[in-house]
Amino acid sequence: MNKQVTFRIWRGDATGGEFVEYQTEITEGLVVLDVIHKIQATQANDLACRWNCKAGKCGSCSAEINGMPKLMCMTRMDTLNTDKPITVEPMRAFPSIRDLATDVSWNFRVKTKIKKFNPRKPDAEDGTWRMQQEDVDRVQEFRKCIECFLCQDVCHVLRDHHKHEEFIGPRFLVYTAALEMHPLDTEDRLPELKQSQGIGFCNITKCCTKVCPEHITITDNAIIPLKERVVDEFYDPLGWLWKKIRPQG
Amino acid sequence: MAELHAKEAPSRVHELEAWGAVFDRTKEGKISQRNFGGHRYPRLAHVGDRTGLELIRTLQDHGIHQGISVHMEYTIVSLLKDGDRVVGAFGYDRERGRFRIFKAKAVVVCTGGLGRAYAVTSNSWEGTGDGVSLAYHAGAELLDMEFIQFHPTGMIWPPSVKGILVTESVRGEGGVLRNKDGKRFMYDDVPENYRSQTSTDPEEGWRYTQNDKTAKRPPELLTRDHVARCINREVKAGRGSPHGGVFLDISWIKERIPNSAEHIKRKLPSMYHQFMQLANLDITKEPMEVGPTTHYAMGGIRVNGETQATNVPGLFAAGECAAGLHGANRLGGNSLSDLIVFGKRAGEFAAKYAKENSAGKVNDAQVETAYKEAVEPFERPAGGGTEGPYQVQYDLQNMMQANVGIVRLHNEMEFALDGIQKLKARAARVAVQGHLEYNPGWHTAIDLKHLLTVSEAITLCSLDRKESRGGHFREDFPNKDSEAQKYNAVIAKAADGSMKLRREPIPAMREDLKQVIEEMK
Repeated sequence: MNKQVTFRIWRGDATGGEFVEYQTEITEGLVVLDVIHKIQATQANDLACRWNCKAGKCGSCSAEINGMPKLMCMTRMDTLNTDKPITVEPMRAFPSIRDLATDVSWNFRVKTKIKKFNPRKPDAEDGTWRMQQEDVDRVQEFRKCIECFLCQDVCHVLRDHHKHEEFIGPRFLVYTAALEMHPLDTEDRLPELKQSQGIGFCNITKCCTKVCPEHITITDNAIIPLKERVVDEFYDPLGWLWKKIRPQG
Repeated sequence: MAELHAKEAPSRVHELEAWGAVFDRTKEGKISQRNFGGHRYPRLAHVGDRTGLELIRTLQDHGIHQGISVHMEYTIVSLLKDGDRVVGAFGYDRERGRFRIFKAKAVVVCTGGLGRAYAVTSNSWEGTGDGVSLAYHAGAELLDMEFIQFHPTGMIWPPSVKGILVTESVRGEGGVLRNKDGKRFMYDDVPENYRSQTSTDPEEGWRYTQNDKTAKRPPELLTRDHVARCINREVKAGRGSPHGGVFLDISWIKERIPNSAEHIKRKLPSMYHQFMQLANLDITKEPMEVGPTTHYAMGGIRVNGETQATNVPGLFAAGECAAGLHGANRLGGNSLSDLIVFGKRAGEFAAKYAKENSAGKVNDAQVETAYKEAVEPFERPAGGGTEGPYQVQYDLQNMMQANVGIVRLHNEMEFALDGIQKLKARAARVAVQGHLEYNPGWHTAIDLKHLLTVSEAITLCSLDRKESRGGHFREDFPNKDSEAQKYNAVIAKAADGSMKLRREPIPAMREDLKQVIEEMK
């Protein structure tokens, strides 16, 4: 089962870089990250790549494999055509640090700007809350997110149009949806979604949903319902009229 | 510590809920609780099979609004001292390789485990025992280092995922273990003290997993050390699965539950995806192949059970790198609750210490020495008796796996102790290429010191404990020894720099706690 394969790995940093070819032998049952580690241990000790759990749980080893945003630890070699060279490069929507490691700190800065969870007062006598499973199912779907940022990487608004200052991207629309749809939350995040967070930039091409390793239905379950809420709040003519004429106070 | 843990965990869970965590619910809308191995009552608040991720996310989302400075991807290479007291830490950021001094009135070590000292582990690459080693070299005592938990169910196929955890929830939801002949071998060996709580009838065991509180648990949910050794035994006896493990089957529940495939996907979504994607195996239809994997260190830095303070003033520790709560063996679910209960305590008592003490003075010579030691691997030219860091790491992992693993023997451990000294000499000649920026080869070279330190401590303690207890199993001393129950092994650095072990008697338990244990028997 051993086979000789060629990896073309992007080596470089913020000032530039190039693809370097490595030949190595692989055995049955490996994933891309194993091959990267083998090259690191035997041919290029200083090849930079982030990884942690190697089980698709930590979201560190995001990269572009043959042009597709993927987790290296979850990409089996037998899903790739190993007769041709396999290209591995860093996520392109974020600045390079070195080789396969990128600077994803923008994401953490964005998150701090989203209004935090603000629960209503506990409703049970023991000072806690009651919630039904069916009411938390959809929030639990969003909370599966491992913050690999592959959805941010594939989103053309960020990747091609570089709207990082005006648009928070699919990850944080999912994050906002998890807060907005949390049965206990009382905060209103719709004005920012419309304004500074740029939900209107998303034109629902669903690329983010396709690359999500946690299979979160980002577009249909998170973004579209948020868009509908924004429309109801700000663009519904009857609603607008009612807000103008309703008794104040 | 066990008392504080039991008393305070519920408040911590409710606190997480108030910070936005979304636990699974009961029909009444309360937080749903379930069983893991060794539990008598269903007590675990959970979120499917990703409770840990829920904790991480909740604490992160809450923490970013608290005005905390976060230094991501920093590695600490040395704790700084002023006399006896810890006054800060010295390290570098991985991104740019810039060194930095962190001055601090109090330091809390929370660096997790040391599974990387073994070849098969569920731990991430960061489980190098670095915090335990840093604390030890700064003068802190280590406790109970012989007690390592081997989780019974790690993935064993394909090779890329060897060691990765298959959560106990699979067995908690009714998954059963079978050997290659299809036999549920766990029924063959139920330890005496668990017999009264363990079902002999598969029907009753199944009811237990479906939250029937009157039923006894199935033997698959015995303690982890026992299940791991039973699997080891089946494999050694030639009754294992094709890739050297046993079968874990949840798909059989289709006999009991309509729509079982949907049920499994909802209860165990991460496991379903993990096997589907990595092994191309549908756990709703086929059994998994599993085997023991190095999972958790019960031992670690010795702390005060109430304050999490070490014997070094200003130094605290919490979580897996600290010792004490889990004794000789940890029960499933107790790691996460350990973090939230004792993480909070460590923070509070460290803050109290910081308020009560003025800032210490950082010693420049100490920083200089630590810096030189850290960058030394760059100055050793390749060739001329040097080697890369990875081979030394692999050799250590294989040696520990083979000689200080699930089943231990005196001679093998003596061999390992000698091997560690030889590997120390090799680690001192490791050379790395490139520069300081995001250089994994360099990081591996720095980790070697920590891996070797914790490996030596584990081996010394395992040699000393001539009995079998909890996670520590000696083939030459297979039974518990009531005399050995009376002491803990304590490791400390001697004045000459060597590692020394001493036995310390365990203080008597409070009468009311003794009574609780008697009542539970």
